[in-house]
Amino acid sequence: MSRKPKLYYFDGRGKMESIRWLLGAAGVEFEEEFLETREQYEKLLQGGSLLFQQVPMVEIDGMRMVQTRAILSYIAAKYNLYGKDLKERALIDMYVGGTDDLMGFILMFPFLSAEDKEKQRAFIVQKATSRYFPVYEKVLKDHGQDFLVGNNFSWADVHLLEAILMVEEKKSDVLSGFPQLQAFKARISSIPTIKKFLEPGSQRKPVPDDKYVETVRRVLRMYYDLKAN
Amino acid sequence: MSGKPRLTYLNGRGRMEPIRWLLAAAGVEFEEVYLETKEQYDKLIKDGFLLFEQVPLVEIDGMKMVQTRAILSYIAGKYNLYGKDLKERALIDMYVEGIADLMQMILMFPFSPPDAKEKNLDSIKERATNRYFPVFEKVLKQHGQDFLVGNKFSWADVQLMEAILAVEEKIPAVLSGFPKLQVFKTKMSNMPTIKKFLQPGSPRKPPPDAHYVETVLKVFKK
Repeated sequence: MSRKPKLYYFDGRGKMESIRWLLGAAGVEFEEEFLETREQYEKLLQGGSLLFQQVPMVEIDGMRMVQTRAILSYIAAKYNLYGKDLKERALIDMYVGGTDDLMGFILMFPFLSAEDKEKQRAFIVQKATSRYFPVYEKVLKDHGQDFLVGNNFSWADVHLLEAILMVEEKKSDVLSGFPQLQAFKARISSIPTIKKFLEPGSQRKPVPDDKYVETVRRVLRMYYDLKAN
Repeated sequence: MSGKPRLTYLNGRGRMEPIRWLLAAAGVEFEEVYLETKEQYDKLIKDGFLLFEQVPLVEIDGMKMVQTRAILSYIAGKYNLYGKDLKERALIDMYVEGIADLMQMILMFPFSPPDAKEKNLDSIKERATNRYFPVFEKVLKQHGQDFLVGNKFSWADVQLMEAILAVEEKIPAVLSGFPKLQVFKTKMSNMPTIKKFLQPGSPRKPPPDAHYVETVLKVFKK
């Protein structure tokens, strides 16, 4: 009996979005249960399904997986998006580590005070254009291949596309100095599974809004503002 | 050229310590380069050693590896400390990621302002005793085996051992409600490679002190 993976999270991006992207890219259909109330969350806690009392949680292959990175690694390996050997995996892990750090700055954005948001927006763009994008631009330029690692579509490509689109939402012309990344973006976006994920009606979630922030705060009882970088 | 992995970081624990633990547990000798000045760090960046301008850096098998998790995963994979299949790897990954969240609190502690230190210490104690240690106590109790995953020594065991000792440095009696973890700690301490790493003169670094904090702030000054 093959059940679809089931994702437990808020109805919004947060830490689950990279998992949606990767399943989407792998062409894997999944179900979602959205946390809307504190009671739902406490029920999950009491039921013992959250190993460290946290979401994301993904039910997959008989496991209740938690910890975003663990879930992503499992999916990547299962669907052959993790390179062909240890060294390719090392490269993918390094690249994903970078885009994860970059997306981390954006993840906290909705939970900042209005004043800190402006500061953080500038910080995100500065880091993207001076630390992260140049790395991937160079990787693509140096080997001239379509994909970041091993001339094969991998988790690293999915994660980079997700990061590019997220930064563009903060500054639409952010790729203007990066011709390789522009071509990369067009290329990866046209892969059938990704193209489908980018279409309206897919399980991709929109930019976080006030309702999302309110829901997270209410469910997790997280009423303080995060600090900007 | 020795072929040993070469670690570049400050002369202290920070984000490099789990890597020292894992290499040592695997019985792998390594060399270290210590960053002491901003100039050294800036030069590393200028010379293209640091993919994202950050340390830890580990030169291993012809690669200049950065990103702590990537480095740890590579070492675990290479030295057979990553389980026997995808599902065991998933368990190990879940466990080490949880422990990393706890270790992050300890990592940040020396850099918190003096008036926040007591609160932060309480948070570490709360998280360790209510969120993290109960999980591993239960895992060990349920399967009754010596090691966390697959009845075999793995990265998860090394990471948990490091975390137990790090928390105990701050809260000496923290294991008092966790009999299985006490047994686990003793067993791990007696494993030859770990025993060696716990002896004076090993590459293990002491708890961060004022000088370490000062060096970090100096080297990474913007």
